[in-house]
Amino acid sequence: MSLDRAARERLVRALAASMIEHAEELTTLDQAIGDGDHGLNMKRGFEAVLATLPGLADKSLPEMLKSIGMTLVMKVGGASGPLVGTFFMELGKALPDQPARADLVAAADKAIEAVKMRGRSEAGQKTLLDVLVPVQAVFAGGGDARAIAAEATQAADRTTPMLATRGRASFLGERSIGHMDPGSRSASLLISAAIAALELEAIS
Amino acid sequence: MSDSSSGNVGIVIVSHSSKIAEGAADMVRQMVGNAVPLAWTGGDTDGGLGTNVAGILEAIEAAWSPAGVAILVDLGGAETNSEMAVEMLAEDRRARVVVCNAPVVEGAVIAATESSGGSSLAAVKRSAEEFYA
Repeated sequence: MSLDRAARERLVRALAASMIEHAEELTTLDQAIGDGDHGLNMKRGFEAVLATLPGLADKSLPEMLKSIGMTLVMKVGGASGPLVGTFFMELGKALPDQPARADLVAAADKAIEAVKMRGRSEAGQKTLLDVLVPVQAVFAGGGDARAIAAEATQAADRTTPMLATRGRASFLGERSIGHMDPGSRSASLLISAAIAALELEAIS
Repeated sequence: MSDSSSGNVGIVIVSHSSKIAEGAADMVRQMVGNAVPLAWTGGDTDGGLGTNVAGILEAIEAAWSPAGVAILVDLGGAETNSEMAVEMLAEDRRARVVVCNAPVVEGAVIAATESSGGSSLAAVKRSAEEFYA
């Protein structure tokens, strides 16, 4: 795939819009099983990313992703900053300027491994990995944009009955069951926003 | 935030609450005076509850000692953000900063007491972690 400057800017704006528009929803989810700041944190982080436009979109795709990651690390706060920020930074580090689909699959693998290391976590603990890992499986398995977006949404939904064993929600034990994981929801929203913004071109 | 030029291991306190971080630092000072470099940080970048990497990096800088820096944290985000901050340090400093797996208030006081006797970074970390293990 080749993302020109307009597409890169469209991607950044779509990611930011998804977090800003859903800030209240994410905060409500986080109030149920966390510390209630996830929506505000992600909104603050992506507003800071938006503030780095237009220069941000002048960068190559890998450099742009690294820059987004660094901004999120510094501005989001909470554990989500380093986790989501690490994903973007590692994705950027692993991608060539003009990535083919296979490059994107390989880079996403590395980025997800880095998130696991950062959080010392695996899928199954009711965290954003419960979206990233299954979505990556569909992506690596050749799924089209529609299948990937659908898996993102369904994977976030599947965190609702899960027992949290990592992150603040794990303090609640069984009371974490019955609520969607906010980090999974934000990951799902970001993936869907990216796919919609790139009008499927990125992964077809 | 810090006022010591001793060669002892520095202590950084990271809490979601700036009041807890500051209060824990007060308790450390009461125990060890100015014998250890000490810095604290708490709150998100808007002043709400939370932790942030930039604040932690500043605190590490403020408490820097050639003997290294031990970081005491409260909840998960403080730990994740502290580990992120450590990785962002220059390579020659990275190996000399550790995040302790210990309660933030008790760990800070114990770590600082150990440091004030001139102990190594590894000994400071071990004292903080063993006390409640």
